[in-house]
Amino acid sequence: MSARVGVVTFPGSLDDGDAARAVRVAGGEAVRLWHGDSSLHGVDAVVLPGGFSYGDYLRTGAIARFAPVMESIIDGARGGLPVLGICNGFQILCEAHLLPGALTRNSHLHFRNRDQWLRVSATNTAWTNSFESDQDVLIPLKSGEGRYVADQATLDELAANGRIVATYQRGNPNGSERDIAGVTNEAGNVVGLMPHPEHAIEALTGPSLDGLGFFTSILKHLAGASA
Amino acid sequence: MARVVVDVMLKPEILDPQGQAVANALPRLGISDVSSVRIGRRIEIEFAGAADPERVREIADKLLANPVIEDFTIQEVAEPATEAEAEAVPAGDPA
Repeated sequence: MSARVGVVTFPGSLDDGDAARAVRVAGGEAVRLWHGDSSLHGVDAVVLPGGFSYGDYLRTGAIARFAPVMESIIDGARGGLPVLGICNGFQILCEAHLLPGALTRNSHLHFRNRDQWLRVSATNTAWTNSFESDQDVLIPLKSGEGRYVADQATLDELAANGRIVATYQRGNPNGSERDIAGVTNEAGNVVGLMPHPEHAIEALTGPSLDGLGFFTSILKHLAGASA
Repeated sequence: MARVVVDVMLKPEILDPQGQAVANALPRLGISDVSSVRIGRRIEIEFAGAADPERVREIADKLLANPVIEDFTIQEVAEPATEAEAEAVPAGDPA
């Protein structure tokens, strides 16, 4: 039986279809979850996809965080449920305080849409165990509010404990503190990532197949957990 | 009825690129003596009855501001509703 990975759709989500497809291409079963439904329908992991939930009103992710489905995801994540937030999903995880810090307006104010080199620096999380340590990967980035910020003590703690999951390489596209593109929580089950691995899973449409690693990682993690 | 105003500002140490962009535009207006511009958000809340300061604080802390990057201040405004609404009619509204 293949692992069941939930993909949430909020009003304004854009990349839920691609995220669900990435789960299937990796060999999992994608289960669509609806923001207004608090049930997680027994999924083994959850992806919060990119987009502009609730029109980015107030702050990115600020309103999505209070959606009925998020209450269940927050409870689940605290109990070890693997959760990956991509772009807007990362913003939602920060607003929900499942991850430290916040995503703010790019320092140059421009929306950045490009294929971005990243270094995957933490490979012990539920979502990155398929990568080599410090592997460089090419994944699309498309965001206007991708600048990761946190106070110095938090940044030091993230760095010291291997919780910086990925850093931008060959140029920082948005002014993120310490070139941070992704972080994880203490337990390693919750990961937030600004670039979009679900857009780099097939040669026809992506700049690489590097994004698939995030989705094969979770399947490997779940297979290990059930074994 | 109570009206409460919540002002939300980025913390001083958080970069405000919007404010910088505005500051950089001011010389085009011939204004050269501005050293800093910071942009925040003003939110007006009306309660049907009296405003409970604790609940206002909860609203501001949990939703209106993100304490990781923002500070907020709360101010209760005494009964200005009707006058303020009259003043708020936009001048030159084509409708």
